[in-house]
Order: sequence, then C-alpha cells, then structure tokens
Amino acid sequence: MIIFSNIYKRYPNGFEAVKNIAFTINQGEMVFITGPSGAGKSTILKLIGAIERPTAGDIIVNHHNVSKLKSRTIPFLRRNIGMVFQDQKILFDRSVFENIILPLQICGLDRQSAIQRVHAALDKVGLLGKEKNLPITLSGGERQRLCIARAVVNRPSILVADEPTAYLDKSDTKDIMNMFESFHNVGVTVLITTPNTDVSTYSQHRILTLNQGELIA
Amino acid sequence: MSTWLSYHWHAFFLSLRRLFEAPFTSLLNIIVIGIAFSFPTGMYMLLDNIQNLSGQLSGAPQLSIFLKSDTNKAAIERLKSHLKQHPEIANFQFISKEDALKQLEKEGGLADVLNSLTRNPLPDAFIIDAKDTSPETLKRLRAEMLDWPNSEHVQLDSTWMEKLNALIKLGALVVLILTILLSSALIIITFNTIRLQILTKRDEIEVSKLIGATSNFIRRPFLYFGAIQSMAGGAIAWLIVAIIITLINDELLNMIQIYTINFQLTHISYEDSIFLLLFSFWLGWLGSWLSVTSHL
Repeated sequence: MIIFSNIYKRYPNGFEAVKNIAFTINQGEMVFITGPSGAGKSTILKLIGAIERPTAGDIIVNHHNVSKLKSRTIPFLRRNIGMVFQDQKILFDRSVFENIILPLQICGLDRQSAIQRVHAALDKVGLLGKEKNLPITLSGGERQRLCIARAVVNRPSILVADEPTAYLDKSDTKDIMNMFESFHNVGVTVLITTPNTDVSTYSQHRILTLNQGELIA
Repeated sequence: MSTWLSYHWHAFFLSLRRLFEAPFTSLLNIIVIGIAFSFPTGMYMLLDNIQNLSGQLSGAPQLSIFLKSDTNKAAIERLKSHLKQHPEIANFQFISKEDALKQLEKEGGLADVLNSLTRNPLPDAFIIDAKDTSPETLKRLRAEMLDWPNSEHVQLDSTWMEKLNALIKLGALVVLILTILLSSALIIITFNTIRLQILTKRDEIEVSKLIGATSNFIRRPFLYFGAIQSMAGGAIAWLIVAIIITLINDELLNMIQIYTINFQLTHISYEDSIFLLLFSFWLGWLGSWLSVTSHL
C-alpha cells in the first residue's frame, strides 16, 4: 500500500515539483500517472523509493513512513520496491545475467537460489538465452525487458516504472505493458508513469493526472 | 551466517574481477608495493642474521679478573670462597699464571718468544659467568670487582658486543623509519588506486544504491581490492628477499671455503612471513578504507 498525504517537494533551486499531492494506492492495484513533461510524475516515483525526500507531508510505503526513515534504513525499503528507471541505469560493462543478479547479491541471496531466480526472471521477460550478452548488443525493447527483469527478480511487493515505454515501438510497448499486467495479476502493486494522456484507451486501470505538480484528476 | 558469507564471497570475487579487469595496472601496482616492502623486509632480515651471528660468536659475556702479581695462594683461596658465595655469580674458573702460559704456548705459536722470557709475565686470573648478563649488571659487577683486594684489572668481554648491539639498534631504528615511510607510501598508493576505481565505477555505485545496496555492500569490494593488492605486494616483497638471500648464500658458500667460517643467512621465518602478509593486507585495507570513507 502506498499513501501520499499532502506531499510537497521543493528543490533547492526553489522549483516546486509537487504540491499538496494526496492519494492512496491499495496493495495489488495497478495505477498510471500521466501528465506532461515537468508535471512531477518522476518526482512521485522518486519519493516512493526515497530517492528524494518530501519537503512536507507523509508518505507511507508498506506501512513505513518514508518521510521519517533514517538514511541507513532506506536500502532495506528499496529492496521491496522494484524500480524501472527512465534512463534505464543498465551497467554496460556487465552481462545481462550480471545486471539482473545484482539486486539478489545486494540482498545476500545464496548463489544457487540467485541463479534460479535470474533464470525465472529472464524467462518471464523473454530474454532467456541472452543472459551472456552484453547490454550493448540488445535492442531498445530488450534493454527495457532487462530493466524489468532486474526490477522484479527480487520479488518486490511494489513495482514502479518511470516511462517504461518511451522510445519503444507499438509492438514492444504492448509487450511491456502486458508484462506489467502479468505482475499486477499476481498481486504486485504496479505504478507506471507515462506522458501519454490517452492511456485510458488501452488500460482500464486507475489514472492519476498531474499538471505542474498538482493532482488534477 | 550464510548471508554474511554470501556478502563477503561476492565482495571477494568482485574485487578479484576488478584486479583482472586492468591486469597490467594491477601488476605494476603490486610490483611497486613489493619493491617498496622488500627494503624494510630485507633490512630486517639482515639485522636478524647479524644478531644471530653475534649470538653464536660471543656466547654469554664474561668477566675476567686479573690478579696482582704478588697475590699469594691464601688470597686466591679467599677470592674463590668469596666468588662461591656471591649471589650474582653463576660460576667461575680459576686460571693460574702457569696454566695461562701453557695455554699460550699451545695456541699462540709463540713458543720461541716465551722460552726467551726469564719469568712468567702472565697474572693469575678468574673467568666469571654472571647470572644476569645484562650490560648494566655486568658493568656494576666490574666496578665492584675492581675494589676487591688483589684485583689488578677487571675486563668485561662484552665491549665489542655493546658496540655491535648499538649498531643493531641503529639499524632497527632505520628499519622502523623505512617501514613507516614505505607503509605510508603504500597507503597513499592504495588510496589513489581506490579513488580512481570509485571514479570509474560511479554508475555501478549509483545503480547499486538505487536498488537497495547498503554503504557496507558498496564499500566491501573496494576494501578487499586494496587489501588483496597490497597482500600480493607483500608476497612479491617476500619473493624478492628470498631470492636475494639465496643469491647471497651462494656467494657465502665460496667465502666459507676461503675464511673457514660457518655462516649462512637464514630465510624469512614462517611467523615473519605470515606477519609480512597480514601487515601488508592490513595496510591495503587501511588505505582503501580511508579512500572509500572520503570518496563515497
């Protein structure tokens, strides 16, 4: 469960990214956040993962008040949140397998179990057989699948994705969205940002619309 | 426990991987560290061998009391009795002037000179082993014995030993200074290597933090890297010193035949080898720790 209560985020340069945002996302729900560039979509995802801290208000994620978490406990919060970043953040000097196993190494999972989970994640995103490839050899869609596999390999209860279909063609977009649907179907809370305001045409899920940092719908 | 082990295995293998990512640079660093460490290690071994040799040559230092030429037998007996009862004397040997002359005739090859003498010029003497052979005690005993009746001269046979010990002490100080200086150099080398590594691994560090890595998880591979690199340098230092000792020993074999002495340099002991490796490991760890603390 994710609860935002009257959240404000002002950056040091004075820019107010989000203003008085309040919403609740239930466990297992799938939600889209839409809005134009600069509306504050990415900031909301960063606030959930404690990458940014709110200037005011409370954020509850999995019963933890993120606003009041101590720095040393933030890594443990992030281990329960799968994140797909807008700029992907792939390690290009590591193979597909090594990129995906990283969250499991961070959690200290034993090697054998980790290998099994990586293969399961690769299978889920359709990259099985490409585990030894370097990311540079993958297509745009495959790289996004790699990011999704890395986000879900640790079996998080929440999956957040920042514009995961940006720069993808229609076919890849559909595949990626189906993947998120499948994670939602097994009980994962899924939160996706997208600049496409017509998301309602292909999804029946709840949509939060932002504009200039304010929740307008 | 298994999670803890898993973290450390991961850090260990990641650090090895980083070591082999740039093998030439790593090898150069290891060799530089090895050469730097071989100086104090080599000097330490040299001092150790000199100490061993001086111990073999001298044995325990002794005191010799040379008696006045007019000392009679009764006085000698009194001195013997006094020496027996002295609490600081372990044992003693009386060498009469006649025995001393006979010994000199046997060993010195001076028979012709001695035969030409009209009287025995040698004094009666006591050779004394003290219980405590520290320089302070021996000096005190010497002063005491000089005041004894019939005592003409008291010689402490450890003067040259004192000079050698002073030189060894000086050498030990040089080794200590070298160790401190070169250890500092090693820490700086490791500090800089880790700083450069942190710069090249910025992306990896950022991604790891974003997906839940703790500071310890990020630090650990750098700490292992510095420690392993430094320990490998320590092993190279060991190898350099071992090769030098072997080469010197080969030359000493030739000298043994010429000078009829029995001396070979001893190799680094098992305990010293372990200490060298652990000390270099610790220095590398310290350099890495300082670097990650200031750059992460």
